Amino acid sequence: MSESPQMSASVGELVLSLRGISKNFGAVSALTDIDFDVHAGEVVALVGDNGAGKSTLVKILAGVHQPSSGTINFRGRPVTLPDPRAALTLGIATVFQDLALCENLDVVANIFLGNELSPLRLDEVAMEMRAWTLLNELSARIPSVREAVASLSGGQRQTVAIARSLLLEPKLILLDEPTAALGVAQTAEVLNLIDRVRARGLGVVMISHNMEDVRAVADRIVVLRLGRNNGVFEPDASNQDLVSAITGASNNAVSRRVERLRMERDQSAQAGEPRP
Amino acid sequence: MTEQGNSTPLALDRADARVKHEAGLSGAVHTFLNRVRSGDLGSLPVIVGLVVIWTVFTSLNPVFVSSSNLVNLLFDCSTVGVIALGIVCVLMVGEIDLSVGSISGFASALVGTLWVNQGWPVALAILAALVFGALIGSLYALLFNRLGMPSFVSTLAGLLAVLGMQLYILGSTGSINLPYGSALVDFGQLMVMPKWVSYTLAVIPGLAMLITGFRSVARRRAANLSTPSVAGLVLRVATITIGLELIVAYLNQSRGIPWMFGLFVGLVVAMNYALTRTKWGRSMTAVGGNREAARRAGIKVRAIYLSAFALCSLFAALGGVLAAARLASASQQAGTGDVNLNAIAAAVIGGTSLFGGRGSAYSALLGIIVIQSIASGLTLLDLSSSLRYMITGAVLAIAVIVDSLARRSRASHGRA
Repeated sequence: MSESPQMSASVGELVLSLRGISKNFGAVSALTDIDFDVHAGEVVALVGDNGAGKSTLVKILAGVHQPSSGTINFRGRPVTLPDPRAALTLGIATVFQDLALCENLDVVANIFLGNELSPLRLDEVAMEMRAWTLLNELSARIPSVREAVASLSGGQRQTVAIARSLLLEPKLILLDEPTAALGVAQTAEVLNLIDRVRARGLGVVMISHNMEDVRAVADRIVVLRLGRNNGVFEPDASNQDLVSAITGASNNAVSRRVERLRMERDQSAQAGEPRP
Repeated sequence: MTEQGNSTPLALDRADARVKHEAGLSGAVHTFLNRVRSGDLGSLPVIVGLVVIWTVFTSLNPVFVSSSNLVNLLFDCSTVGVIALGIVCVLMVGEIDLSVGSISGFASALVGTLWVNQGWPVALAILAALVFGALIGSLYALLFNRLGMPSFVSTLAGLLAVLGMQLYILGSTGSINLPYGSALVDFGQLMVMPKWVSYTLAVIPGLAMLITGFRSVARRRAANLSTPSVAGLVLRVATITIGLELIVAYLNQSRGIPWMFGLFVGLVVAMNYALTRTKWGRSMTAVGGNREAARRAGIKVRAIYLSAFALCSLFAALGGVLAAARLASASQQAGTGDVNLNAIAAAVIGGTSLFGGRGSAYSALLGIIVIQSIASGLTLLDLSSSLRYMITGAVLAIAVIVDSLARRSRASHGRA
C-alpha cells in the first residue's frame, strides 16, 4: 500500500490542505488526525465505508461543522470556517447529496437563489444570460432555463446544482455522492461535467460509493476508514486493494475471489496443462 | 454546437435543437394552449368560474349585472380582499393565519374606541390599529421561529385571544357608531373616482406593460437572448386596455369606481411587484417551495417568515379598518362569522396553493370577486345566508378540486 500523500504529480497550486483534523461528537471520534490535500485542477475522490467520516469531513469543509482540532489551510493561508457563508465567501462551494433545489422555481431562479442581481428590481435578463453562460461552459443539456426545476431529470438537476455552485467562482467544489441516484446515461453526463469543472482549474472533492465512477474521473483516491486516513491510491489501483483499504479486512468477497482464481491457476499450472 | 446555413447567429437560449420553440403571434397562442393542456392553468379556472356564476345570477335576476350593483360589489370586495391579500403572503411560505377575522374585528374596534370614544385623531387611531396588527403577526412569527409552534395552532389561539380583546375594549355597549360625514366613513361608503381619473387609470396597466415589454425585448436582443413576440405583446396590451376602459365606462354609468377599490387594487399591484420582481418575493417563493434549500442558499428563513406573518396581520388590520368605514360602525360582530373563511377561500379560489410556493397577489383580487359575486347574487335572490354558506363552501371545494387535478396534470407533464 503506497502511503505517500504527494504521489501524483501535482497539477496546480495546493488549494486545500488539512493537517491533523479531528472531530468529536461527545464521546464518539468521527474523525481522527486526518491529513488531506487538494490541488487546483485535480479531482480527489473520498471513499470509505458508511460511518468512515466522509460526510463529516465534507461538512467541516462546508462550514456546517467545526473541527475539534487540526488546521485548515486554504490557498496557503490558515482559515476557520465558522458557518456555511464563510466557506462560500472563501471560495468553497458544496453540492449536497439532496441537491437543495427549489422545485417550484425555474432554473435561473435556482442558480441565483440568495445571490439575485439588483434585489429591488430583479435583473432577469442579466441573470438569464449569466445562467446560459454557466450552463454552456459546462456543455450542459438543459432545454430551457425558464422551466421549473420539477420538470428536469435527475442528471439535469445535478447540472443545475453544480452550475449554481460555480456561480460565485469558487476555487474548490465539494460533491457529495453526485451520481448516487442517477441512471447510466445521466451518470456519464455528470462525470463529464466533473471533467469540465476540473478543466476550468478548480479543485474537486467527490464523495462516492461507486468505484467505477471514482476510477473514471478521479486523479487520486483517498480512503477513510473509521475516521482515519487509510491510504491514498492511484485510480488504476486494483479493486482488491481498494476494497480491503475501505473495509480494513483482507478477507472479503473480492479478495477470496482473487485468491480462488490464483489457486485455480496454480493448480492448472501444476497439472502441467499449457495455459491458453 | 455548430450551426451552418443560418445567416443570423442563434440566440443564447435557442442553441439546443431538441427543444421546440414557438415564435411569433401564433406561437404565443400555441404556447398558451399547451400550457393550459399540461395543467398550468394560472387564473383560467377562476375566470371561467366567474363567467359561469355571473351568467347564472344574471339569468335569475338581471339586476345583478346592473352597474349600480357592480359598484356596490366593488365596495364590498375591498374590505375582505385586503385581508385575502395578507392570506396570500402566509400561504406563499406554506403557513396559515386563522385569526385574520379576529384581527380585523379588533382593528375596527380599536379605531372606534380611540377615535370616537377617546377623541384621538383618526389617522393616529388607524396607525395604532395597523401597528397592533403587525405586532400580532410578529408574535406568531416569534412563536413559529423560536418555539416551533405550528402556525395553525398559534393563530387558532390568536383567533380566540384577539376576539376576547375585541369584546373587552368594546365593553358592555358592544357597538360604536362612526360619525357619518367623516372622511373615513365617506371613503368606505361614498367616495368614487372622478370619471377622467378612472379612464386615465385604466390606461396605465397597458402602458406599463407596453413600456416594460419593449424595454425587455430590447435588452434581451442586446443580450443575444430570444425575444418574445412583439405582435403578441401589442395584442395583449390592446385587449387589456380596451377591456378595462369598457369596464370603467360601464361602471361610470352609475356611481363610478370606488376609491376604496382603487386602494385595494393598488395594494394588489404593489404586492404582485414585490412577490415577483424583488429578491424578497423570490425568497418567499423559495421558502414556500423548499425551506431547507432556501436556508442553504443563504436566505434568512426566519426573517422571511416574520415578514410574511407580519404583513398578513397588517393587511388584516387594514381590512378591519376598511370594514369599519364601510359599515360606519365597530361592533362585536365585526370580523366574526365568515370573514376568516372568506378571506382564506378567496386566496385559494384565486389560485394560491395551500401548500406554499405557488400563488400570486392577483388571486386575492379574483377570488374575492368570485366570493362577493356569490354573496351579492344570493342576496338579490333573497335567499338566506344558510344557502349562501353552502354555495360558497361548494365553490371552495370545486376550486380546491380543480387545483389538485391541475397539480396532478402538471406532475404528469413534468411541471411543478
